[in-house]
Amino acid sequence: MTPGTGVPPAPVPDLDALVAQADARYRDYRLSSVQSWKARTGGLAIGYMPIYIPAEILHAQGVLPVGLMGARDDLEIIKGDAYYQSYICHIPRSTIELGLNGSLNCLDGVIFPAICDVIRNLSGMWQTLFPGKLVRYLDVPQNFDPQIGGRFYRDELESLIADLAARGARSYDAAALSASIGLYNTLRRIVRDLYELRRGEPWKVPTAELYVMLRSTLVIPVEEAIAVLDRYRTLVADASDRQPLDQARVLLTGSFCEQPPIGLIRTLERSGCYIVDDDFVQIHRWIKSDIPTDGDPLERLVMAFLTDVVASPTRYIDKGEKGAELIERARASGAEGVLFCAPSFCDPALLDQPMAVRAVERAKVAWTAFKYSENTGQFQVIREQAGTFADSIKLWSEA
Amino acid sequence: MSESVTAGATKSSGSKKDVSQLRQKEMIAKHFDRLAAAPDTGEKSAYTFVPGNLTELLLSFDLLPVLPEINSLQSAMRGKTAEYIALAEKLGHSEDVCTYVKSDIGMMKSGNIGPTGQRLPNPDVLLLSYTGCFTFLKWFELLREEYHCPIAMMHVPYQPDGRITPSMRDYVVKQLKDEIIPKLEQISGRAYDEDRLREHLRLAAQAEDDLVWVLQAAKHRPSPIDAYFGAVYYVGPIFSAFRGTPAAVEYYRALRSEIEDRIALGLGPVTPDGEIEQERYRVVVEGPPNWTSFRQFWKMFADEGAVAVASTYTKVGGVYDLGFRHDPSRPLETLAEYCLGCYTNLGLPTRINLLAQYVKEYGADGFLINSVKSCNSFSAGQLHIMREVERISGKPGGFIESDLVDPRYFSAANIKNRLESYFQMLEQKRLGGAA
Repeated sequence: MTPGTGVPPAPVPDLDALVAQADARYRDYRLSSVQSWKARTGGLAIGYMPIYIPAEILHAQGVLPVGLMGARDDLEIIKGDAYYQSYICHIPRSTIELGLNGSLNCLDGVIFPAICDVIRNLSGMWQTLFPGKLVRYLDVPQNFDPQIGGRFYRDELESLIADLAARGARSYDAAALSASIGLYNTLRRIVRDLYELRRGEPWKVPTAELYVMLRSTLVIPVEEAIAVLDRYRTLVADASDRQPLDQARVLLTGSFCEQPPIGLIRTLERSGCYIVDDDFVQIHRWIKSDIPTDGDPLERLVMAFLTDVVASPTRYIDKGEKGAELIERARASGAEGVLFCAPSFCDPALLDQPMAVRAVERAKVAWTAFKYSENTGQFQVIREQAGTFADSIKLWSEA
Repeated sequence: MSESVTAGATKSSGSKKDVSQLRQKEMIAKHFDRLAAAPDTGEKSAYTFVPGNLTELLLSFDLLPVLPEINSLQSAMRGKTAEYIALAEKLGHSEDVCTYVKSDIGMMKSGNIGPTGQRLPNPDVLLLSYTGCFTFLKWFELLREEYHCPIAMMHVPYQPDGRITPSMRDYVVKQLKDEIIPKLEQISGRAYDEDRLREHLRLAAQAEDDLVWVLQAAKHRPSPIDAYFGAVYYVGPIFSAFRGTPAAVEYYRALRSEIEDRIALGLGPVTPDGEIEQERYRVVVEGPPNWTSFRQFWKMFADEGAVAVASTYTKVGGVYDLGFRHDPSRPLETLAEYCLGCYTNLGLPTRINLLAQYVKEYGADGFLINSVKSCNSFSAGQLHIMREVERISGKPGGFIESDLVDPRYFSAANIKNRLESYFQMLEQKRLGGAA
């Protein structure tokens, strides 16, 4: 028996089995793992949209946070398209589709973080479409003074805690929150390790595989996610059968909300690119280092948000230079080029791009750009573009 | 729609302008003269946005407001935006993003010549009142790189549930006190003068009273105004550089007087092609107008005898008809509440209820949504809004698509067809109801 659970221990999976399990969870629109968890625990399950929520709070209140990142290219959008004009990005229409076709019925609510006007307005649609569910717009400060933006953010978090408690979640307990922060620190550390491992030996951690592993952890409890990713880290570190190829090292940016189809990621890798840094499934890396587990845990979460997060296009850059973090990431990952890979009609990514391109050009880093939708099905043009880009790096770079 | 119907809708009255229109033209011309002369006079300018604008505060520091959205729409009306947008896209700005931004960047790269043909001054500060539109944030990040000037950033939280919480208000007030005012003091070289701000706020409230009266005059039958196309001109002074000035008070008093006269005479709205003689359809309109073909767009309504009796676009700079007035006794709190209450900062359920309320209160036959490609803040969710407003109001909705200032997205034939079909449907419903 697994201690304390009454469940017989599962056999330790090998790499293929582990990835296959993750892939099944990634492909499961009906969220079977969430349904099982609810049946087992009787707890609340709350979805959240990209990019980031303080999942520690939900966990500390006994709630399962469930990451929603739209659909893949295999979901036929029937109702969702009737809610959006052609010039709106794809993720809200697939999210509506999943909501209306019953896939998200197991969720007791959804949190919509403030990242753009489309996700913001989707929160209002959700209020009227699913009136019995918790619909929570989580505003996040664009002022980073602890006494101003910090105070506001703390109020938002306290209000979120109250909303969850009103739905039957456990009430606030500082010790429980500190413990949850500790767990999520562990998860973030493992993900940072995986990214570090990929930077060093990208052939051992193919991005298409890492991506599926990360996506799969969005629908399971953090304890399980830690176990899965820890096991994955051990297995890929030892995967001596994975041998290096002569590929260009690229940093991929712009894909922080609507995610590309897995076929696009594979296409980029097959076209000669090692993706050594990216913006995928950013919740695990949004906070860049460990959050202290001592002191007032809510204040720790607030301060982490104010001072230690990704310089995302969704975030106002009040100090420093636009694009500086992107250049630093390129340097740290040894990237030889930058792929601007944004969803069509994504305001944050596409409005930011000219500034990021200028920063990349100032740093004399090669770049190319293309767009996608989560249901893009044809990759030939992107393959040729990325392949040419990789070739040009290999042929003409100074290294 | 047949020619016989359209011929009877408007009566040409030449190009005679009302006193209020002349006064407004003069006000705007003087403002642009001041802006053009600013490099010589030493007056300083602040670029800022219409929703959540802090005009009274800027005026209290003697800073001249410049509104890039208004420059973009006026560039569109002068037929300049196609080249500006093309230039911005050539410089790497995506075809997918807001055309106000690209028009503004293109205008700047083309010499920053404003709507009156005079050069606009570079900003001394970018007052980023981040209210109701994510694009604003990126827009001024882009301009900061171009102008190398400081930004005064004020984040205004969104109202998802249609109510302002103490936390939201406190957050904005703290930003005003600790960040915006000190920065404006530094830029202007003047100390914050709260008495002066109070006086501007007092004048703002006076103008707001008269504006609301004018907009609500559309409840009369026939409506003496067009509350979408015509009202664009009415909101011009209060949405731009004049709220809180004696000039705005005088303008809105004169405008109100003119509308009172029109009501007394039983007259309909004035359009560029004359007065609407027969009000055939009363509609509520959601969404901004198209600016590149503004007059043609208006004519499509006027030719059918369709009069907008209420609109949401005229609330982007403040939803005054729901009761808000700037309150000089609480200067910073009232500025915070103003910013929080602008239309695009309201959650979709609030927007839906407001539209349904307009349909009912203004006796509308239906409502139309002009969905613009550029503006996700307005447009994302409008198809859902349409269904909900139909459900609540029991009146039919129509949906057309265009853009703010990109002429490539105004398909006249397509829009005209849709409008004609919509008005025919209203007619059929009316006949069916009478049968």
